This record gives sequence, C-alpha cells and structure tokens, in this order.
Amino acid sequence: MENIAQIVDQHAPAIVARWQAILSANGGTGGGRIKEAELQTQCREFLNALKDALASGGEGANDPAFEPVRSLLDDVSRSRAVQGFSPSETATFVFSLKEPLFEQLRAAYPDDARVVTDAGWQMTQLVDQLGLYTMEVYQKSREEVVRRQQDEIAELSTPVVKLWEGILALPLIGTLDSARTQVVMENLLQAIVDQSADLAIIDITGVPTVDTLVAQHLLKTIAAARLMGADCIISGIRPQIAQTMVHLGVELDVVSKATLAEALLLAFQRTGRTVVRKAARA
Amino acid sequence: MERIPILKLGRALLVSIQVDIHDRLAKALEEDLSEKIVATSAKGVMIDISGLEIVDSFMGRMLDNIAAVSRLLDADTVVVGMRPAVAITLVELGLSLTGVKTALNVERGMALIGVGFIEEQDGEDAPEGDHEHHTG
Repeated sequence: MENIAQIVDQHAPAIVARWQAILSANGGTGGGRIKEAELQTQCREFLNALKDALASGGEGANDPAFEPVRSLLDDVSRSRAVQGFSPSETATFVFSLKEPLFEQLRAAYPDDARVVTDAGWQMTQLVDQLGLYTMEVYQKSREEVVRRQQDEIAELSTPVVKLWEGILALPLIGTLDSARTQVVMENLLQAIVDQSADLAIIDITGVPTVDTLVAQHLLKTIAAARLMGADCIISGIRPQIAQTMVHLGVELDVVSKATLAEALLLAFQRTGRTVVRKAARA
Repeated sequence: MERIPILKLGRALLVSIQVDIHDRLAKALEEDLSEKIVATSAKGVMIDISGLEIVDSFMGRMLDNIAAVSRLLDADTVVVGMRPAVAITLVELGLSLTGVKTALNVERGMALIGVGFIEEQDGEDAPEGDHEHHTG
C-alpha cells in the first residue's frame, strides 16, 4: 500500500488529468448530465481523500481511515442515481481510476516487475472494493427513488370523489396490493364519515387484473365500509375480467354493475331519487 | 360494579358505549341487555360505539353475540358510529359482523330500525290478531 500512497501523493495532478480524460471518453459525464468542471472537482476531491486515507495507513475500503472516501462516494453515487446515470456510467467513475494508477506505478518502477504486480494487485483490490461500495449506494438510492414514487402513486391513484349527496365514488386505478388496500380503505372510511355517505361505488375499470387476492382486498374494503353503515356497489368489471374471475372461482358477494353510470343509477334508486329528462328541447 | 346504561326509546333500546370496555363489563352488558329486551319487549337494539377507540376480537365477538341473542328474542341489532380505525381493525381480525346491521350515526340507526316500529306500532293489534288466527 505504501507504494500506492507514494504514487498518489507525488503524481496527483497527472493522475487526475489522465483519469478525467478516460472518464470523458467512457461516458463518465453520463452523456453531459454533469459538467466537465464538476467531474474534475469530484476527481480531485476523491483523489485527495484517497491520498489522506492511504497516508493514514488505511488498508482496505472498509477501514475506518477510508471513512471520508466512502462519504465522498456516497455523495457522488447518490447524486448520480438521482441524475439518471446508468449503473455502468456510475461504476466507471471509480473503476477507470485503475488505468492511471497502474500507468504511474509502471513509470515509477520501470525495472521491478514484482513491485509493479504486487502493488498493482493491491491497487486493483482497493479500487474494486470502492467500486462495489459505489454500486451499493447507487442501488440503495435508486430503490429510494422507486419507493418514493410508489408512495406518490399510491396517494395519487386512490381519490374518493363525491358523486352526489351521500354517494361516493372510488375509482381504483392500478393493481390492488395489501399496502394500497390499506390506503384505499382509510381514505374511503374517512370520506364516509366526512360526507356522511351511505353508498359507495367502487369502480374497478382501471384495475388490470382481479385475482383471488385482489378480490379478497376488495371484499375487506367492502366489509369495512359496511361496518361504518355504508353499502358498496362495484362497477366497471370488464368482460375479460369477469370471465377470468369466474374461471378462478372468485366470488364477489356484492351488487355489481357493468358501468359506473348504471351503478350511479342504482344508487339514485336506493336513495329514493329518480332521474328525469326535461321535455324534449325545441 | 359499574354498568353500561341501557336506555329505552319507544320500542328500541339504546346502548351507548363511551368508555373502553373490558371483558367483565361486556359480559354484564350482554346479560343486562337480554333481560331488558324481554322486559320491555323491544324490537330493536342500537349499540352506539362512537366512543370506542380500541377494539379486540373479544369485543367483536361480544357484538356478534348480542346480535345473535337479540335475534332469538326477536329484536334487530344495529351497531352505529363505528370509527374508521375500528372498522379496519375488525376486518383485519376477520370479524365483519355479518349478522349485525350497521349505520353511520344514531340518527341513521333510528331510521334503519325506526321505520319498522312505526308500522308495527300503528297496526300493533293487527299482527297479533293475525297471529292468533293462525294458531287458533
């Protein structure tokens, strides 16, 4: 490790320049997602941190001495994950450091092949560890992004709308899993209380598939609404879905109508309302 | 021993549970209620649980039991004022109280069982007369 520390210490500007050239050639800027100047700053900061870590005798990427290096990588890969860099573009940032380091090693010990291979091997291992670490952080950041988007979708796709005095509609869009069922149920029940509704129409036009699990979730929602004193009508079961449900033996033991319009009409009838068309327009 | 009051409203009984109920209290309520149904020949039992925040499987079963007992004694049971969180909990516990009628609040609950009363009160003698005809 001393050899590497020495080289990083002595030839830092040359390494940064070479590293950056390789990065630019291999899509390290993510096709222009970050500027050359920013990339240069990141390279220089990283190499400085690496130099300090090596100088204080850090042996591997998990060494406490490498803490500043890791936190720098945290920032770099997290910002790249958010900026939409591909995994290989992110990994390239660390892995392309190998080449300039190796070149400097060869130049420093032109006659000693053993030192070059030994130090080169240590260097490769270190860079690999750092690269893996980068990828882990990248992956975690991506997962965070996905999770946040999921939450947003769940919130967005479960509106409860008031159709009429005491009649609510719940247009469901997307697959119903247990987490979403929970959100749907809470929203619906709260709306029932707020609007003192006694009828809720659950429209499943936007639900792509209804399997036994989805049916169970629907039934749970209906049962909970019933406990609050509200009846449910299901609408928008598409023909293919109706067939699939029968094939699967799924039974929804509730009133169901083909379209939201018919369900609304039924809701009107149940609440003692009739819809009449005014006399023919002149 | 503390008891939950049972109020008589026409031919319905109103039970308002405003405290978190424990097992012994629930048992006492079950007994009191069945005696009161017989004593007042009530046709409807309304249980207001708007004050109930915590519910467990025992509570769910108690409601089911009360409904079953009332049905045997010829009275309808309506559970009113259930909070959303309580409803979700009961469903997650697998207790959907299928034998019980439900309403959003006491007013609606009265409407749900009240219609039946007024009709029966109006023609109170007629059904009984009919009944005698059948047996006689």
